[in-house]
Amino acid sequence: MSNDFKDLTLKQASEMLARKEVSASELAQSAINRVKEVDSKLHAFLYLAEDRAAADAKLADDAIAQGEATVLTGIPYALKDNLLAKGLQATAASKILENYIAAYDATVVKKLSQSLPVLIGKTNLDEFAMGSSTENSAFGPTKNPYDLERVAGGSSGGSAAAVASGEVLFALGSDTGGSIRQPASFCGIVGLKPTYGRVSRYGAIALGSSLDQIGVFAKTVEDASFAFQSMAGQDAHDATTLPVPVPDYSSMLSEDIKGMKIGVPKEYFIDGMDPEAEEIVRDAIRKFESMGAHMEEMSLPHAKYSLACYYIILPVEISANLSRYDGIRYGLSVPGKNLEEVYYNSRSAGLGAEPKRRIMIGTYASSAGYFDAYYKKAKQAQALIRKDFTDAFQKYDILLTPTCPTPAFKLGEKVADPLSMYLADVFTVGLNIAGVPGISVPAGVTASGLPVGLQIVAGHFAESKLFHAGFAFEKAMNLNLRPKM
Amino acid sequence: MPDIPLEEVERIAKLARLRFEISEKPKLQKELSDILAYVDQLKEVESKIIEAEPDDKALNLVREDVSINSDDPEEFLKQAPSREGKFIKVKSILE
Repeated sequence: MSNDFKDLTLKQASEMLARKEVSASELAQSAINRVKEVDSKLHAFLYLAEDRAAADAKLADDAIAQGEATVLTGIPYALKDNLLAKGLQATAASKILENYIAAYDATVVKKLSQSLPVLIGKTNLDEFAMGSSTENSAFGPTKNPYDLERVAGGSSGGSAAAVASGEVLFALGSDTGGSIRQPASFCGIVGLKPTYGRVSRYGAIALGSSLDQIGVFAKTVEDASFAFQSMAGQDAHDATTLPVPVPDYSSMLSEDIKGMKIGVPKEYFIDGMDPEAEEIVRDAIRKFESMGAHMEEMSLPHAKYSLACYYIILPVEISANLSRYDGIRYGLSVPGKNLEEVYYNSRSAGLGAEPKRRIMIGTYASSAGYFDAYYKKAKQAQALIRKDFTDAFQKYDILLTPTCPTPAFKLGEKVADPLSMYLADVFTVGLNIAGVPGISVPAGVTASGLPVGLQIVAGHFAESKLFHAGFAFEKAMNLNLRPKM
Repeated sequence: MPDIPLEEVERIAKLARLRFEISEKPKLQKELSDILAYVDQLKEVESKIIEAEPDDKALNLVREDVSINSDDPEEFLKQAPSREGKFIKVKSILE
């Protein structure tokens, strides 16, 4: 059993549990063994929750014995360490929250718990989810399971590496500008960023509140749909969640995409893109055509402003959201001779270089005299970018783009130049700016064995189209990527 | 676009309640200037303000004004670095 665990899909594990070939407790032990086997090399996990896993597995086994299991019952999973699970650490990979223990469950954790999956641990991320490589984690970077000298992507790199390497069968992450889709692309798995307003962020440590969404990583599109089904929906604790009915996503999984109308935005194929990655994505797009979809090149004319727009709106929100880390109510507190000095001391000692950089940008862009030139301009650009997408979905069912301009880059390659790191998100941020959902699905591997992802984009609340197109593509490609570790 | 002046970096750091070492400041000044130069391309964006299009899914969500049970306040208070009874203790503000 333990030898095969790493290769299982969520669905296969669920069927094994149903047939009583394995118990939830045994499955949890396999996950923990796998973490102990590979995580010293990967560093996907910041915390291994062995006691919690044992307790969760016991509940799952009881439910299975009583015939009350669902597809997620007994399935080992992991949470990005910026999502709260009561009684466990939630560091956001920052020194300022190093000793923080969550006082309540995030809504996504509460909703998932109704299906009795088994929480294995908390995964690594860039500090406060600021970054594209997990190199900004205060506790050291996560490595890519396909090449330990390369990054897993970020900010949800720990969750992506944990799923790709077979430590868990699904994982949750957060995506503010690509933090689920980009690491999914780098690690050869499926990563879904839902529509803004589809999933509650209550109990997620806030980064950019007008952009943040919680989503899911899994080995297959179908597995992702199972986890997502249990997370989606309105929540009284997050007023941005909307009362839009949650459909049965598994009923949308069909291999027939004949007649599907697909747009390919020309702005997403740029100079400087890795030629091998571009060819893999172009081949993927041709695959859709050969499956009977109608393909058309089209334009999202304001797409080129997405990243600039993002790097104003996001830092402004960061400077507001991170003002709560002041050494008073929770987190690191460094004494000072007066209250103001407590703020200075705690924030300066507890926050890392990237959060400080972004707080500075956001404070600058929202300060008197600059607000109109930066923030107001960015909100105008946001309206234009959003309209590009809503217009496109009058005509097309989905759009296809590369998820990233390159495969996984080397550790250290971009850390000295923050702007070059920001450019890793150039194809993913537009969706957050517009609030539309996207999924990254493996499209192939480079000659040196690095995965490349295809991004599928749909209109607001049209996640079912992502699952439909992603499922059909995945079946047609039959890649079943697994790293050799 | 010229680098933002060092005094400006210091002014912003003060607003953000962040302290930087003297040796860190020139690097920060350069990084901030590079990022601001990049986002400056937004100046090209046509200044026409998009008329707010009515979004049929945009709603004001309010709940009934009724009391609900909250989590135990002690769970939250015990995270505070300094407290007295049910109060969080801070340094005096008035000197």
